[in-house]
Amino acid sequence: MVEEKKINKLAQKCPFEGFRGLLTTQNLSIGYSKKGKTNTVQSTLNLKLSAGELVCLIGPNGSGKSTLLRTLTGLQKPLAGKTLIDGKEILKLKQREKALLIALVLTERVDMENATVYNLVSLGRHPHSNWWGNISTIEDKIIRQAIEMVHLGHKMFHPINELSDGEKQRAMIAKALAQDTPIIMLDEPTAHLDLPNRVEIMLLLHKLAHETKKAIILSTHELDLALQAADRIWLMSNENNGIECGVPEDLVFNGSFNHVFESKSYFFNAANGNFSMNYPMNRKVWVSGDKTRMYWTLRALARAGFMVVEDAEIQISVTETGWEIKENCFKTIEELLDKLGKGLI
Amino acid sequence: MKSRSFILFLTLSLLTVVLFFADLAWGSIHISLREMLSAFFGKGSEGVNSEILLNFRLPKAITAILAGASLSVAGLMMQTLFRNSLADPYILGASSGASLGVALVMMAASVLPVAFVNSGWALIVAAIIGASVVLALVVGVSFRVQNAVSLLIVGLMFGTIAGSIVSVLQNFSNPDAIKLFVMWTFGSLSAVTWTYMQVLLPVVLLGLGMAFFLQKRLDGLLLGENYARGLGISILQTRFFIVISTGLLAGGITAFTGPIAFVGVAIPHIARGIFRSSSHKILLPATVLCGASLILICDIISQVPTYTLPINTISALFGAPIIIWIILKKK
Repeated sequence: MVEEKKINKLAQKCPFEGFRGLLTTQNLSIGYSKKGKTNTVQSTLNLKLSAGELVCLIGPNGSGKSTLLRTLTGLQKPLAGKTLIDGKEILKLKQREKALLIALVLTERVDMENATVYNLVSLGRHPHSNWWGNISTIEDKIIRQAIEMVHLGHKMFHPINELSDGEKQRAMIAKALAQDTPIIMLDEPTAHLDLPNRVEIMLLLHKLAHETKKAIILSTHELDLALQAADRIWLMSNENNGIECGVPEDLVFNGSFNHVFESKSYFFNAANGNFSMNYPMNRKVWVSGDKTRMYWTLRALARAGFMVVEDAEIQISVTETGWEIKENCFKTIEELLDKLGKGLI
Repeated sequence: MKSRSFILFLTLSLLTVVLFFADLAWGSIHISLREMLSAFFGKGSEGVNSEILLNFRLPKAITAILAGASLSVAGLMMQTLFRNSLADPYILGASSGASLGVALVMMAASVLPVAFVNSGWALIVAAIIGASVVLALVVGVSFRVQNAVSLLIVGLMFGTIAGSIVSVLQNFSNPDAIKLFVMWTFGSLSAVTWTYMQVLLPVVLLGLGMAFFLQKRLDGLLLGENYARGLGISILQTRFFIVISTGLLAGGITAFTGPIAFVGVAIPHIARGIFRSSSHKILLPATVLCGASLILICDIISQVPTYTLPINTISALFGAPIIIWIILKKK
């Protein structure tokens, strides 16, 4: 009870009490200005970030994802317009005031000799602690809580140099949680991770946004994961066309994805939320039969350059045990493709 | 974990005290502990031994502790600032900058007021300015050069430039000044008299105080500058303070003892190895104690031969292998 009261007291000390994590931009223009030359990446952006939602920032390389994040966090100056947090302009805030509002997870590698997960996460308390940086019992509780939230409790006192890449990323997220800010920004948190870790990080961030009512924004290339996990997507396009914001499904329906990622070699497949390749297809087959095996058969045929057309000369029927073309039976797709490729049928 | 650090600190402190007295006792004339005590407490203080003890060995031993502490703490700050385990004030050119400052004072001494030069203030101020300027230049370059090894080479180059200017100066100076300067470059702890100590001690204490004041920011810098900014640390201000503090420590010591190499690189690694910590709250006092003990050992060893060896030689003998070990360990 006493400790809870203390924690509440701590919360009252926060200069932005009751603040819902609302970040807005007003006619923001982002880009670089070097030696009098300005290179505008995106202009007149009017964005809004609300508490308790996970926003995924998506766009092709060069569309300015990192530039936008750097500008929103005040690491970089905008070319025009402003970013407001709780009605205050970010550039006018002091470094420490900013650190109480936004926590960062960056792509830089962190290599701290001897430091444990606990040591790393305790750095998140930096903007809250006094100059000596002592860890009180309350601080200790917050740090441990943050580590538990990212499921690293069993590795609390492990050296960070011995963690896997996925665990390291989770430790960095714990550091951001310990910073206790209404907003967390992550720059490509799933880069360099394998699929299970990518999924776990996304799920974790989704859960954290909903449970802690923080606003979490991240940039990513993982389109399918973002479509599943994000409450809202900010879709950036290459040609300074602004940013489309919306619920993922709405953006799928209105064709924004296809527009942004327009290419001859692939297309955005609205049926499954993936990119599908546009293979050069010059031969025709017709396939019929078992539904589940059909999907994979079609994939293999497309890759081999076969277009599926009704009443084609070659008719493949998919059975439960294999594939049949007239009297010929094939046990594997490899055999099937081999025969088709040699033009023997 | 905390008790482990506590025991280590206690052991190291005791070791430092023991080494301090050993350093006082050792030398061409052996001084017993009883003589030491009587000299300290004013009994029979007219003897030659007590004269040697009080006016020669005591300031020398104190200088050894100050030198070890200063160079090690300066090395630790450089390694954290540049996130480079091979950085230290000597390699980054701070010592060369200090040499340039000292050379300017020694060879242009005729121009300066005598009282200013004799008190040692001229020497130390010139050395601190020289060290700080070179460090500031290297930090300035570090904005553009991200590669750690390139940065070290830039430091070496600045050091070389400072060295060349010193050579040019020597060409135009009188032989007495040159001899004085060459003697200085050999490095000696015994150059610090009580008069000089009045100058050196406050400078070193100020530098160490600044370093301890920066400890929380130094922890944040371990994550890299962008993360440190995200934690609310003002990078420009922190860099400035680190440069000034390192300039005071490295420049101040170098002004009187001459350049002492390798201590700045080696000690922080030894301290990290012993204390297994990344926190500067622990590493700063740890480097102070390790550095002080090590220079005391170096000084004791340098007394073993009939002719006292330059301290720089001894420190290089064990410091250089440690650097090679660090590079091998990284692979």
